[in-house]
Amino acid sequence: MRAKVYVTPRKGILDPQGRAVAGALKSLGFGAIGDVRVGRFITLELDAPSRAEAEATVRQICERLLANPNIEDFTFEVDAG
Amino acid sequence: MKWGVVRFPGSLDDGDALWALRDVLGQEAFPLWHKDETLGGAECVVLPGGFSYGDYLRCGAIARFSPIMKSVARFAADGGLVLGICNGFQILCEAHLLPGALTRNRSLAFICDFVNLRVENAATPFTRAARAGAVLRMPIKHGEGCYVAPEDELRQLEERGQILLRYIDENGEATDAANPNGSMRSIAGVANERFNVFGLMPHPEHAVEATLGGIAGRKIFESIAGVAR
Repeated sequence: MRAKVYVTPRKGILDPQGRAVAGALKSLGFGAIGDVRVGRFITLELDAPSRAEAEATVRQICERLLANPNIEDFTFEVDAG
Repeated sequence: MKWGVVRFPGSLDDGDALWALRDVLGQEAFPLWHKDETLGGAECVVLPGGFSYGDYLRCGAIARFSPIMKSVARFAADGGLVLGICNGFQILCEAHLLPGALTRNRSLAFICDFVNLRVENAATPFTRAARAGAVLRMPIKHGEGCYVAPEDELRQLEERGQILLRYIDENGEATDAANPNGSMRSIAGVANERFNVFGLMPHPEHAVEATLGGIAGRKIFESIAGVAR
């Protein structure tokens, strides 16, 4: 199985990287840009007997290591193959 | 007093911490390796500054799972004194031994400078050699020192006196301009609820000799050493 994990700064937490990117986009002339947040994209492969078990494992991995629950949110997708 | 200074791969300031403790302050101090499972009889464990594990993923996120951290967590749970400086502070937050987290400086720049700090609570093992309200001048050098915590957590930290140090200006005010990294409520250092674990972004070990810019950092080490005497 292959998992794609997205980790982003939690809403309400200052994201200076996102703000800097938003500023750069505006100075490039992309005036309609609103909130920009910069996070992390992680792919990982894992062996699991079912998609449900893979999802449970990935959730644990996110909670224990990939994201810091104090400041970050995560989402993920699991695909067979 | 016996001090153990933990060396993680990527630690930088372990040597300076040992120098400050042994050569300047006459303490008994020894290095501990991150793969050690015991603390060698240390009465205070120091997690030094640096870039443990290259700051991969998040600062302190990988170091937190080093074998020695299990012993450090047990030691802290038994009331042992733990001091985290800079990267050590980040590791303690990642390990949930301290509340909150340290994020990218709001300027996005790595900052290397002297800051003025006000002692907010002098009735702790880490600050008792100073007076409440005393100003300590110490260096900072970090890219991820912006302290954040949920609003209700911050309120509790204030109420319990867990905020030990704040960034202030030359007039003693915790102004936005004097806040180098955007830390919430100008927090430079916090303790846990039991006041036996303390983390701070400034470097007391770099502020122990007058020729190197000041000796205010001694107050932190002298506070701790005094407790065990």
